[in-house]
Amino acid sequence: MITIWLTLFGLLPFVLITVASFLSHDSRHLITLPFTFNNYLEILNPIYFKIFEKSFYLAGACTLLCLLLGYPFAYILARTREPYKSLLMLLTIVPFWTSSLIRSYAIMALIKAKGILNGILMALGIIDHPLQLLFSNTAVLLALVYNLLPFMILPLFSSIERLDNRLIEAARDLGANKTTTFLKVIIPLSLPGILAGSILVFLPAMTLFYIPDLLGGSKSMLLGNLIQNQFLLTVNWPLGSATSILLTVMMLILLGIYWHFSKAKDRQSLL
Amino acid sequence: MKRLLAPTYVTFIYCFFYLPILILVFYSFNDAHYSLIWRGFTTAWYQLLITDQDLWLSAIHSVFLGFCAATFATSIGAVTASSLFRYRFYGRKILHTSIFVLLLSPDIVLGTALLIMYTLANLPLGFFALLLSHIAFCLPFVVLTLFSRMKSLDKNIFEAARDLGATDTTIFFKIIIPLLWPAILSSWLLSFTLSLDDVVISYFVSGPEFEILPLKIYSLAKLGVKPEINALCSVMFVVTLIIVMTSQFILRKKN
Repeated sequence: MITIWLTLFGLLPFVLITVASFLSHDSRHLITLPFTFNNYLEILNPIYFKIFEKSFYLAGACTLLCLLLGYPFAYILARTREPYKSLLMLLTIVPFWTSSLIRSYAIMALIKAKGILNGILMALGIIDHPLQLLFSNTAVLLALVYNLLPFMILPLFSSIERLDNRLIEAARDLGANKTTTFLKVIIPLSLPGILAGSILVFLPAMTLFYIPDLLGGSKSMLLGNLIQNQFLLTVNWPLGSATSILLTVMMLILLGIYWHFSKAKDRQSLL
Repeated sequence: MKRLLAPTYVTFIYCFFYLPILILVFYSFNDAHYSLIWRGFTTAWYQLLITDQDLWLSAIHSVFLGFCAATFATSIGAVTASSLFRYRFYGRKILHTSIFVLLLSPDIVLGTALLIMYTLANLPLGFFALLLSHIAFCLPFVVLTLFSRMKSLDKNIFEAARDLGATDTTIFFKIIIPLLWPAILSSWLLSFTLSLDDVVISYFVSGPEFEILPLKIYSLAKLGVKPEINALCSVMFVVTLIIVMTSQFILRKKN
């Protein structure tokens, strides 16, 4: 019974969307025959290509920033003693579960022209005109990092926490200095965590369509907004499906990379 | 100097996490429409929320939806996790794959895929479409939380129960549920928050006659920053904060 239920909701939608991505549409039907590859050819159109490029660029920047901010944080947290560790972890998990829409809205309120950030900067005399931060790529990037940072920290934390201390001590005993130990021992051993965190940040960064919508203004369009428009604005479902499939393929490639670099026990922590 | 670096950095990140929200909550009590300047304490924006009939309706819709989705997801999840744990059955692999796919696929892909499925099945978009979708995305979280908790249980208990003649149903109700109730309760609470906060999937499968709160906030936020939305977001944040804290507390206490 439950297998049927889960198959119905876990697998069937994906089969349908794959099929839909190979079909056409006309003015009377959302999806109709004949079978075609046109949707995939259409995605290669330069207009769409620009959106992909921008999505990759922003999501990549977001992933990198999250990694740079999150790694030292996760490292410090993993080395903290109990009971502080649990408390600090709880404080990291809370933003993970609260609504990212509300958190994006908070960023909006913070950086708007008459917002508190401009207020502080002007009061300090750093700037004399309010910065036009809202409705820019910077705003989108800031909101993405703000929302997705916990998704990077949690897998990093669990992989650094499991790191065997004896290996670090052995490296030090054999004469490695701090930098070498970090680069040659700690980083490679926490690679599964780095990869898992990157996947959890990179994919949502491209698809959380409400963030560019709210903070990026009318010109800002990422992969998620493209799919949203194809489904609800231009009502070209087969094309939207093809774009979704493209995204899924990207996810599978990233997962493949992760699978290659991780061991079974690391994978359990991702789930 | 070096000893101070780590605490400073950690504090900086926590400020980054919490300050924007705290400022939002703080300004929701400011007695001014646009201004940054503190013009005195007021609850006017909250009173405005209370009198908004439309808002109440979508809030009730959201809570009802979250309640149903969390209840179904948790019950189905408990049965799924215990069968995954105890039996080797035909289709176990498919079940595992389905959970994995549901958990990892980006929300937008699941949302659009479900939209296509409902349209083909002639299911009208609205409450039922939303409910089924919310159960679908809550379920993997429930199954994983419960499954990992079950692995920490003593296997001998089940064998003892079986030796003493307990049936599968008895084992489920008399052993699994009592032993796992903290994990079950916390899964329910987390499913409820997930359902209450979801924007991306709901966006594709909701209909005009069943408005829900996150989508309402989304459409309001598109119009710009306003004090009454600050108040609304503050309420939502505090509610989810309490639920998340409670669920974490329940999970940790029994650990």
